[in-house]
Amino acid sequence: MTFSPQLEERFAKMLSIYPPGRERSAVIPMLIYAQDEVGAVTRELVEEVARRCKVTPLQVDEVVGYYSMLHRKPSGKYHVQVCTNISCLLTGGEELYEHAKKKLGIGHKEVTPDGQFSLEEVECMGACSWAPAVEINYDFHHFVTPEKLDQLIEGLRSKH
Amino acid sequence: MAELVKLTIDGKGVETEKGTLLIEAARQAGIEIPSFCYYEGLTLQAACRMCLVEVEKTPKLQVGCTLPVAEGMVVHTDSATVAGARKGTLEFLLTNHPLDCPVCDKGGECELQDMVFRYGAGESRFVERKVHTDEQQWSPVVYFDAPRCILCYRCVRICNEGMGVNALGVAARGVGSEIIPNFHDHLECDECGACIDICPVGALTSGTYRYQTRPWEMRHAGTICTHCADGCRTTLGVRNDKIIRGNNRDRSGINGEFLCIKGRYGFDFVEHPERLQSPMQRVGDRFEPVSWSRALGTIAEGFATGAKCGVIGSNHTTNEENLFLARFAREGLKTGHIDHHRTGDLATFFDALSGRNEALATTGDLYTAKAVLIVGADLSQQHPLLAFQVRANVRHHAAHVYTVTTGPVREDQQAAASVRVQKGGELAGVESLRDQLKRHEDLVIVFGDAIQGESLRKLVGFGDSLGIPVKYVCLVDYSNSRGAFDMGLIPQSGGMSREQMLAASDLDVLWVVGANPLKSASLAAAGAFVVVQDLFLTETARRADIVLPAASAYEKNGTVTNVCGEVQKLKQAVKVMGTKTDLEIFGLIAKEMGIQWPVASGQWPARPAALPGLIQSAGDTLFTSGSLSRYSKILNSVMEAPGALYSGRWPVAGGQ
Amino acid sequence: MLYNEPSPLETRVVSKRFGMLNSASLDTYLATDGYQAFRKAREMKPEQIVEEVKTSALRGRGGAGFPTGLKWSFVPRTSPHPKYIIVNADESEPGTCKDRLLMEYDPHQMIEGILIAALAVDAHAGYIYIRGEYRYLIEIVDRAIAEAYAKGYLGKNVAGTGFDFDLYTHSGAGAYECGEETALLDSIEGKRGIPRMKPPFPAVAGAWGFPTLLNNVETFSAVPEIIRSGGAAFAALGVPKAGGTRLVCISGHVNRPGVYELPLGYPMLKSIYEVAGGIPGGRKLKAVIPGGSSCPILKASECDIPMDYDTLAKVGSMLGSGGMVVMDETTDMVRLGLRIMRFYAHESCGWCIPCREGTTWLKKILTRMVEGHGQREDVALLGELSKNMLGRTFCALGDAAALPTISIVEKFAEDFEKHLKPEMVMV
Repeated sequence: MTFSPQLEERFAKMLSIYPPGRERSAVIPMLIYAQDEVGAVTRELVEEVARRCKVTPLQVDEVVGYYSMLHRKPSGKYHVQVCTNISCLLTGGEELYEHAKKKLGIGHKEVTPDGQFSLEEVECMGACSWAPAVEINYDFHHFVTPEKLDQLIEGLRSKH
Repeated sequence: MAELVKLTIDGKGVETEKGTLLIEAARQAGIEIPSFCYYEGLTLQAACRMCLVEVEKTPKLQVGCTLPVAEGMVVHTDSATVAGARKGTLEFLLTNHPLDCPVCDKGGECELQDMVFRYGAGESRFVERKVHTDEQQWSPVVYFDAPRCILCYRCVRICNEGMGVNALGVAARGVGSEIIPNFHDHLECDECGACIDICPVGALTSGTYRYQTRPWEMRHAGTICTHCADGCRTTLGVRNDKIIRGNNRDRSGINGEFLCIKGRYGFDFVEHPERLQSPMQRVGDRFEPVSWSRALGTIAEGFATGAKCGVIGSNHTTNEENLFLARFAREGLKTGHIDHHRTGDLATFFDALSGRNEALATTGDLYTAKAVLIVGADLSQQHPLLAFQVRANVRHHAAHVYTVTTGPVREDQQAAASVRVQKGGELAGVESLRDQLKRHEDLVIVFGDAIQGESLRKLVGFGDSLGIPVKYVCLVDYSNSRGAFDMGLIPQSGGMSREQMLAASDLDVLWVVGANPLKSASLAAAGAFVVVQDLFLTETARRADIVLPAASAYEKNGTVTNVCGEVQKLKQAVKVMGTKTDLEIFGLIAKEMGIQWPVASGQWPARPAALPGLIQSAGDTLFTSGSLSRYSKILNSVMEAPGALYSGRWPVAGGQ
Repeated sequence: MLYNEPSPLETRVVSKRFGMLNSASLDTYLATDGYQAFRKAREMKPEQIVEEVKTSALRGRGGAGFPTGLKWSFVPRTSPHPKYIIVNADESEPGTCKDRLLMEYDPHQMIEGILIAALAVDAHAGYIYIRGEYRYLIEIVDRAIAEAYAKGYLGKNVAGTGFDFDLYTHSGAGAYECGEETALLDSIEGKRGIPRMKPPFPAVAGAWGFPTLLNNVETFSAVPEIIRSGGAAFAALGVPKAGGTRLVCISGHVNRPGVYELPLGYPMLKSIYEVAGGIPGGRKLKAVIPGGSSCPILKASECDIPMDYDTLAKVGSMLGSGGMVVMDETTDMVRLGLRIMRFYAHESCGWCIPCREGTTWLKKILTRMVEGHGQREDVALLGELSKNMLGRTFCALGDAAALPTISIVEKFAEDFEKHLKPEMVMV
């Protein structure tokens, strides 16, 4: 498997920063950055990461299922993550999530038919004092209201 | 002598070695601290929390399986708090465990059942829906039922640590955690079944045993595996005169609970449809079943008239049978042409040691030696028990392993040094390790058929020159290869070797017992009268004039000698109708011939300094075993290219 | 722009650069006392550094509150193996959002703290384990690290002092359990984040089996000020046995939620009513989670206390990670309890039975209750099952799930009433 030059450069650095013979340490960072580019953690990606990090595919498979940000199935181009954990719950996070379901017409870990959006109800993502919060891909949005969420989604939709 | 500490468990004074884990100290005192994940010899997990106990002066319950004993420690395993904790943990465990005990193979010998019976609650407060996933088949022998799994990680550890295969892992997390196989949806492994055996519940079940019986319906026969030379004890579970399973859960024998696929599953040849169950006589180009009396009569006649007789014995038959056959040949048939398929140069080996029996390594020595040198052998494939012993030695005693081989072997994973050599270059490879080897306190050298004759003498000379105690294992292939040699199934005083007999055009009689020399050679003597005793109509049997149906090792009593010279007893597990043991057949032929059986002379056969003829290991893998593997459905179902598991298809799993 | 307006009631020590122009740049850092502490520490003996940190009474800001100086002293002075510094930036405790700010606004302060720790334990490489969701922070910290390298504050000969140190970021991928320090170590080694058996402690055998010093972002960030102004001065900001200030993340039902730096021992009610502007609509306070979702919940009547470790322990709770969640009288504690349990069931690593099965069972019971199928005996069962987990799990996650649940069952029994199925009445 080949990746973009930027990612290859990142991987080369990853493999160089851990103590000698500890390439396995790069497995998780490599998977998450590769997932961003490939779209999902595919069988092929598992085997590629195993090869690069000098571990067995089984050792990569063990990790993939463990970390909640790693997905076997592709997410939408925009992965909308709505937090409903305590601080968000108290400030309307659940209502916001229900609103997002209706707005996007999909449920938890589902993808819109056009592949543009996916939705996930997530655990605390460290935005408690500015709740409720939504993270779209890696961008945080604070004090999100249903109206604000609509604007965000419309804004992303209109990019196409 | 290790330092002793005194502690009190349930009011009982206990004295034990410092560093002993509390769970073990309690066991020594006859007090059970229950556990699922704690397993002697495997790494500690502290995962199941069944072993929580009260230790005075500590606020929380303590984990018995990871807590080393300390002087003056006062432990309570029988308090209400401890009982409550066990009950609570079992209650948690049962929330997602399907209560399908009536149809579970493990029912009746399930550790969870026993534990709930002893420590659990009589009723369930769990009214929610259980987590369910479908059962998976991972290989011909391994089935996995995830909901039954209690995640004790024994299977993962026995596979990684015990077998060195690293075929099992744990995926996902939380209540969704699941054991997974190495190739996504299936296993590519040794198929040793150790994971199934060690599973405390019915999560891992075997393709050969599942739904065959209830455990209490079987009777058990502890016997010795008939496949390779390591001599593992396998306890055969028998129901209605049919072998249902093999395992060694009681850890009797030199192998503890270790077994490879052969010892655990390779018993099905016993009831193969092609099994011979009647004597057969050649009529033209076909065989006709005949009565024993007619067959024996024909044999007696044929043997009596033969001037030049050759006898090829077996490396599977018992010592008693081999001794009997050797004498029958020499004293009854008056021939010195007696041999068997030799797979290691035992003659030169014993001569080189010149009577130093203390230099013969035992199976146990491979677990305790400070260093092990493996020369010209793929131990994991050909001697799975010896390989297991070496791995355990590294794990438990940090032993140093050295390999000198022509290709990669699994032992490289743990080796302090691995030397790759061309065939014939083994001695030079060994020499290159001299400085490293002589630093160890003691050493066991294990060598295969690449080392024979002069090389063997040189290897022993090398070992003896290191200046440290050195023991040796001369590898041989089959369950009684060593016994066949020891009992004198070898040519002496001008006798012909196996190859010479096959090549001699003037041979009058050839008697083959449990061997298949014509698989890879032809018989020059076109007119020879040939008698074969075997389980199946092998290539050799097809050439016979008379074929007699013989009993297999699982159908007879007697002794066999393993690769290290350890003599162990076979115990008859079943009887196959129409067959007779080779010993009984020998007696019948002798009687028919009117030979007065010679009284034992009280002398063991002499060991010659060297022998004519070929010495060659068959190179069997875990999935092949002489001619028996052809008749084992299970061994055939998983037949794979030897060495594929660790020859670089995937990098070796890091221990990091 | 800051996420929330600062409060005049704050004592800004570690957050003093928040809001400054280009606060994340090395130039700003150097212009505002940056690297004075490192240079000072370079002149000190390692033991003196550790002693100074001990004097400061700094306690780990990740949640466990272990005395930092003591932890540093556990790292063997000499070791045949390399030693490592690991920064726990896997901020995941519900209610907690402070490390984000420290990395976003003042990454060089953290880096200087790491360097001082490295001097104290003689380590020459460090890794900042940042949760995967904080990708933008990984980028910010990477830029700060690159800037430090470029200007000679990382790498060979740090700040011209002859000390070498390499620093890297490492991305997580979504697992609360990796905030537990030994699970984090397994994770950084490329494995599932399963906590390790202790002993050995990370100080002796940590990352890759080598001696490792592991602290939270905020803990490292406090170090430069401790060395610069002295441990005693830092300690004096707080209360005995708990020195200095800490970032308190106030969230929930308050008018001005935000992250505020307050001295240890700051009155809880004052933080709610004055720092965070009180409760919207003048509603009454019902409950407070004092330091993240793992802490037993306090009733309003228990909240008139100073926020320090000992006082919180006295009222049966914990100061935790500084995530203070305020709940007004409209809050349904059963729904809150369910949300907490959903979190722990989702995040349980699954290693040990009581946590793996217990969190899921509790979640199922609470779900059933919230859906209107609760039975009276379920309330007691919740408490009993929680107690069956408490103190019996492999790591603290089991306790973290059990403690708030027990506190809800014991303190907010009335909230369960409306979730119980009406009992049949015999006529």
